Amino acid sequence: MNKANLASGAVGLLFAFGLGLAGMTQPGKVVGFLDVTGDWDPSLALVMGGAALTFGVLYRLITRRQAPVLEPVFRLPTRSDIDLPLIAGSALFGLGWGLGGFCPGPGLVSVVSGALQPVVFVATMLLGMFLHSLWTERNAQPKQESSGAEPSPEQQRPERLERAPVEG
Amino acid sequence: MENFTPVASTLGGILIGLAAAAMLLFNGRIAGISGITGGLLRKDSGDKGWRLWFLGGLIVGGLIMVALRPETFADTLDLPLWAPAVAGLLVGVGTRMGNGCTSGHGVCGLPRFSKRSFAAVCTFMFTGGISAFFAMRWLAGGAA
Repeated sequence: MNKANLASGAVGLLFAFGLGLAGMTQPGKVVGFLDVTGDWDPSLALVMGGAALTFGVLYRLITRRQAPVLEPVFRLPTRSDIDLPLIAGSALFGLGWGLGGFCPGPGLVSVVSGALQPVVFVATMLLGMFLHSLWTERNAQPKQESSGAEPSPEQQRPERLERAPVEG
Repeated sequence: MENFTPVASTLGGILIGLAAAAMLLFNGRIAGISGITGGLLRKDSGDKGWRLWFLGGLIVGGLIMVALRPETFADTLDLPLWAPAVAGLLVGVGTRMGNGCTSGHGVCGLPRFSKRSFAAVCTFMFTGGISAFFAMRWLAGGAA
C-alpha cells in the first residue's frame, strides 16, 4: 500500500467535501456569483478568500520543511513569465466556467449527482484536455528531433513545464 | 443577495484550503485539479497513481454527499445540453493552455503571490462574468 497515494485520495475526499459545503457544486450559485449584474450572490468570494487565506498561512509553515512527509521533494511551479497561452487559456477557461457553471473540481464531484449536465461537461472537458496534450506533444516532437548544437529556447521550454506541470 | 451563504461558503473554503495544504505537506504538490486530471491524459506522464487516487477521492466524496446531503447539488441551471458540452471543451483546453484553474491558480497560486496566477485569476473571473451574463439572459430558462 502506497502511503502517498492514500494521502492523495484522502485529500481528494476532503477537497470534495469543501467544494460541496462551499456551494461550488451548484452551477446556479456559481453563475449567480460570476454575473455581478444580476441578483448577485457574493458567497463564492468567501470560498476563495477562506481557501486562499488558509492555504497561504499553512503554505508558509509547510515549506519551511526540507521535504514533504511522503515524497522526497516539493514540486512547486517555478515560472513567473506572463505569456499568451496563460492569458488566452485562462480566458477560454473563464468563458466555459460562466457558460456551464462548473470548474474542473466541482464538475468531477458532480459526475455522480445523477444530473446529466455535469456528465456531459466532464466528458468534453477530458476530451479538451486530451486534445490539448495531443497538440502540445505533436508540436514538441519535431523540435526534439532537430538536434542542434545548443538547445533552442523551444527545447528548454518543455523541460521547464515538466518541472511545473501541476499548477492548477 | 437572497442566496448568500456566508458561513457555509467560508467553512467550505477553509476545508478546501486545508485539503490543498495537506497535499503540499504529504505529497509536496500543488492541489491543482485541472493539472492533476490533465496529467492522466498525457503519454509522457509516468506518475499516474496519486492522480487516480485523488480523482477517486473526489468522486467518493461526491457519492457520500449525494447520499447524505443531496442539496449539495440542488441549484442547477436549466441549460440546453450543448451548453455544458461547449463549456467542458472550453474548460478542458483553457485550463491546460493556461496551466491551471480555480484551485491551482486561485486557491494555491494567489497566496503564493504568483504573478502568473494573479493574471490568470483576473482573466478567468472577467471572462467568466461575461459568459455568465450572456448565458443567464439568452440560455437559462427562467433561472436567476
